[in-house]
Amino acid sequence: MSKQGKLALIAFVCFFLVPVMAHSVMAATAPVVTDGTDGSYPWWMWPLILLVVTFVMGVAAVLGGVGGGVLFVPIISGFFPFHLDFVRGAGLLVALSGALAAGPGLLKLNLASLRLAVPVALIASTFSIVGAMIGLALPTQVVQIALGATILGICVLMLTAKKSEVPDVPTADRLSSALRIYGVYQEASTGQVIDWKIHRTAQGLVLFIAIGIMAGMFGLGAGWANVPVLNLLMGAPLKISVATSKFLLSITDTSAAWIYVNNGCVIPMMVVPSLIGIMLGSFVGVRLLRVAKPGVVRWIVIGMLGFAGMKALTKGLGL
Amino acid sequence: MTESSQRSLQATPEQIVYANLLEKGMYLGLLILLVTYFLYVFGILKPYIPLNDIPKCWTMGVSDYLHHCNIQSGWAWVRMVYYGDFLNFIGIAMLAGVTIVCFLRIVPVLWKDGDKLYACFGLLEALILGLAASGILSGGGH
Repeated sequence: MSKQGKLALIAFVCFFLVPVMAHSVMAATAPVVTDGTDGSYPWWMWPLILLVVTFVMGVAAVLGGVGGGVLFVPIISGFFPFHLDFVRGAGLLVALSGALAAGPGLLKLNLASLRLAVPVALIASTFSIVGAMIGLALPTQVVQIALGATILGICVLMLTAKKSEVPDVPTADRLSSALRIYGVYQEASTGQVIDWKIHRTAQGLVLFIAIGIMAGMFGLGAGWANVPVLNLLMGAPLKISVATSKFLLSITDTSAAWIYVNNGCVIPMMVVPSLIGIMLGSFVGVRLLRVAKPGVVRWIVIGMLGFAGMKALTKGLGL
Repeated sequence: MTESSQRSLQATPEQIVYANLLEKGMYLGLLILLVTYFLYVFGILKPYIPLNDIPKCWTMGVSDYLHHCNIQSGWAWVRMVYYGDFLNFIGIAMLAGVTIVCFLRIVPVLWKDGDKLYACFGLLEALILGLAASGILSGGGH
C-alpha cells in the first residue's frame, strides 16, 4: 500500500473510531445522570477522552477543509453526555482559538483582508450575539433539531457548492469601491500577481446576518458559510476568502462566546482539553495535508457530519 | 503590471499592528489557560466544584447547573478566581477579549492615516464586542 493509501486508511479508521468510542462512552456514562459514581468513568478520564477525540477531529478538520467547531458541536453533543448548552459554549471557544491561532499569520501574509473583514464582521458579530441569545432562550430540543437540520444542510452545501479560484469580477460595485475593499496577492504556486476586487457587497452583507445568527445559535463557527458567500457571491479569490473567513471567525465567535461565557455555559474541564486536542490535531493535519488525499478525507468528513446531523435530529425529536 | 497591481503586496500598517497584537494576546491567553488548567486538574488549587462532581454537572442544562452549584452568571467568576476551576476563566477571558483590544488599538492608526470611516467601524466593532463581554445581554436560559 502506498504512503498516501496508508494515511487515508489511518484517517478512515480514526473517523470510525470517533463514533465507536463515543458510543462506548455514552453506554458507560448512562448512569452518571442518576448516580454519578457507579459504572461511570472517573472524572479524569473525560479530559483524556475529549483530548483524543478532538485531536482526531483537528486532523480531520484540516484535511476535510472545515473548521473545528463544525465537527465539534454535532459530534460531541450527539454522542457524549454533555448538555448542548456546554457543548455550544465549548464549540465556540474551540472555533475561536483556531481562528486566533491562524489569524495573525494570515493577516501578515496579506491573505486575510482587514478591509474586507471589518464591514462583514460588524454585521456577523452583531447578529451572532442575537443568535446566541436566541439559542440560549429556545428549548434545547428545538435547538437540537435545528442543529441537526443545519448540519445536514452543510453536508449538502459541501457536496454541491463549487469553488472559483479567482472569480470574474468585471467591475467593483459602488459600496465596495467606497469602502476601498480590494487588494493584491501573489499566488505562491505560480508567482502570478492577482488584483482582486469584489461585487454584490450589499447582498453579501445581508447574508452575513443569517450566518451570524447561525454561528451564535449553534456555536458552530461559520467558515462553511463564510467562504461560499465571500468567494462565489462577492467574488473574492478563493485564498482570500478562506483566509478572511478564518480571521473573521475570530471576531464573530468572540461576540457569541462572550454571551455563552456570561450565561455560565463554559466548563473549563470540557473546554481546555478540547481546545488543546483540536489545536494539536490541526498541527498534525497540516503536516498530513502534504501527503494525504484531501478528496478522500473530505468524503469521510461529509459522511461523519451527515451521521452526526442525523443523530442530532433524532435526539432532538426524541427518537 | 497594471496600475492597480502596483499597489503593495504587503499588508497595510493597521493590519500588521492588529496581527502583532492578536498574536501576543493569543499566546498569552493560551499560556495562562494551560497553566491554570494544570493547577486545576492536578489539585494544586482547590476547585469550587469537586472534581468528582463535574460529570453530574455537565449533563444539566445551564440554568439547572447554575442553580444546583449555586453559581452566579456574568462576571461573578472574578470574585471566585481563587478556586482552581474559576481561575481558568482568566485565560478564557483573555482569548475572548484580545480582539476587542486589537480593534481599539487600530482606531488611532486608521484615524491618523485619514481613514476615518474605518476608524469609526473599528470603534463600533469594539463597542459591539464590549457590549457582548459586559454581561448586560442575557440569553434568558431555559
